Amino acid sequence: MSIYDLVHETMLSVTTNKVRSFLTVLGIVVGIASVILMVAIGQGSQATITNSIKAAGSNLLVVTPGGRSAGAFGGGGGGFGGSNSGAKLTQADVNLISQLPGVAHIAANSTSREALSVPGANVNISVTGVGDGYQTVKAIETSTGVFVTPEDIRGGTKVVVLGPTAVTDLFPAGTDPLGQKIRIKGILFTVVGVTKSKGGSSFMNADEVAYIPLTTLQRYLTGSDAISTINVEATTAEGMTSLQNDITTTLLAAHHITDTTKADFSVLSQSDILSTASTITGTFTLLLAAISGISLVVGGIGIMNMMLTTVTERTREIGLRKAIGARPVDITSQFLAEAITLCLIGGVIGISLGWGLSALITATGVLTTEVSLGAVGIAVGVCAGIGIVFGYYPARRASKLDPIEALRYQ
Amino acid sequence: MAPILEIRDAVKIYSTAADEAPALGGVSFSVEPGEFVAIMGPSGSGKSTLMNIIGCLDRPTTGSYILDGVDVARMDEDQLAEIRATRIGFVFQSFNLLPRSTVMRNVILPMIYTRVPVGERETRASKALEAVGLDENRWYHKTNELSGGQMQRVAIARALVNDPAIILADEPTGNLDTRTGQVILETFRRLQQQGRTIVLITHEHDVAEYADRTVHLRDGLVVSHEEAEAHDSARSGEEAR
Repeated sequence: MSIYDLVHETMLSVTTNKVRSFLTVLGIVVGIASVILMVAIGQGSQATITNSIKAAGSNLLVVTPGGRSAGAFGGGGGGFGGSNSGAKLTQADVNLISQLPGVAHIAANSTSREALSVPGANVNISVTGVGDGYQTVKAIETSTGVFVTPEDIRGGTKVVVLGPTAVTDLFPAGTDPLGQKIRIKGILFTVVGVTKSKGGSSFMNADEVAYIPLTTLQRYLTGSDAISTINVEATTAEGMTSLQNDITTTLLAAHHITDTTKADFSVLSQSDILSTASTITGTFTLLLAAISGISLVVGGIGIMNMMLTTVTERTREIGLRKAIGARPVDITSQFLAEAITLCLIGGVIGISLGWGLSALITATGVLTTEVSLGAVGIAVGVCAGIGIVFGYYPARRASKLDPIEALRYQ
Repeated sequence: MAPILEIRDAVKIYSTAADEAPALGGVSFSVEPGEFVAIMGPSGSGKSTLMNIIGCLDRPTTGSYILDGVDVARMDEDQLAEIRATRIGFVFQSFNLLPRSTVMRNVILPMIYTRVPVGERETRASKALEAVGLDENRWYHKTNELSGGQMQRVAIARALVNDPAIILADEPTGNLDTRTGQVILETFRRLQQQGRTIVLITHEHDVAEYADRTVHLRDGLVVSHEEAEAHDSARSGEEAR
């Protein structure tokens, strides 16, 4: 049997039994589409996180309490940062760092998750206590009103700047939030400004925030002088490494620690944070891919099941083909080709579906997705592989049928 | 002339029932090239078993079968397939057509295993279909839309299409009306005149009359050979039973 005939026979068989072909293909479609989609979600999230870290500024160093192993991701997201047992950073550390050469800006902040309430609404969000320079380092702009001023920070006034999402959460549409009173942990604050929208990301909504003076946060909300993050912006990118070393040395001395491995803080550069973040998101992507990979295996078993049914159903046909001169290899290749074709059709539809769904999810704005060509390539390979692995056994069985028995089969 | 096929002391025992009498109990006969031979016998006489052996679909348990000077017992599966594809044209008692494919596709089917160039296939299939007298407007119908008689004609066309040396027909006219049956048998005779060897299995005397020679089987044994001239006596013998 020539390649032309093999292809032709396969096409005839696939198109003659449309319902059967459709159901067989469906399993593969679901498997491939979910692999593509899950990997796209994983990679999209990775890109979003990477971009948001990069957007924080390339000359940024982040000092967080706790050793490297404990709070490595602390500075990256703000919301993730945990204050460590014992170890803490204070305003004294901020002052020491600000005197180091090569520091352009320094901004300390501390974050606490608090309930914000107005009569008739309340919301539980991340409240950031900001120190001097925070607005500059984080490049925060306000759409109305003002940001927390240095005077507010010195005086510990009860003012709050809300993110746009926090505003819509708390106030009915059309209300001017400026001058409104809200309660944080039961204490009355005055809204003095609203920040510009930064857009949502996969894991945290940058607009669902509230900023208050750091001193106010420490005094009224956390009751501690601990600072959860110190952002240091270097004057030049070249000065990053030496500044990172200087900060480490200074803080070690200030904290009376001689063994660097026992440091109760960590100084991370943007690249450190990026590599940590990509390790986490990479694992996350792998997990998603593995879960959807299971559905691909189930789809493959579906192919085998359907091919075995087909072989039984077409026993007489196989007997006839052998009687008129088909060799065992002709029968094997025919059924194998059929299985592989079904897998590839499923693969193509699955890739399109996965791609389409990814685009749809991106369009809705809930998540950013990124279809990688690598994932598509692997999906195609896996499809062909499934066709061969799960199609071989039924094909082999068909080729071994005794023609006489097969022709008598009812 | 050397026989085109020669069966010597062929015994066939089906292993499923050990105490049963063998399907073939030592059959010997030969067919000369260009001969038209009928094999007759009541049901259970071993006709179909013999046909399967002649058609290289089965091998005798003991004894030998020499086809074109080659003992098929020494052939491997691929070689047997090659013989079936090129040297033997089968016509089955039940038609064994692909039900959801067209007539044309069914007749073309054997040619995909003999690597006939794609361009030639339809022409050859058309000739074969003309030879069995199937209306041209039926050629692209699905076979499950045909009558029994039409289906058998498609099956015969399929057997003819690879231009085989031997045509093996198992009750080929069993499902056709008398007139169509005669057309088919005339076709077989015409093929014989073109130099093909025809082996026909039947239980009908009228059908066997078209053959040069009839081999009578009973209980897995050859009971008599008859030349065509002896038809009348064969008939009276059948009626006497």
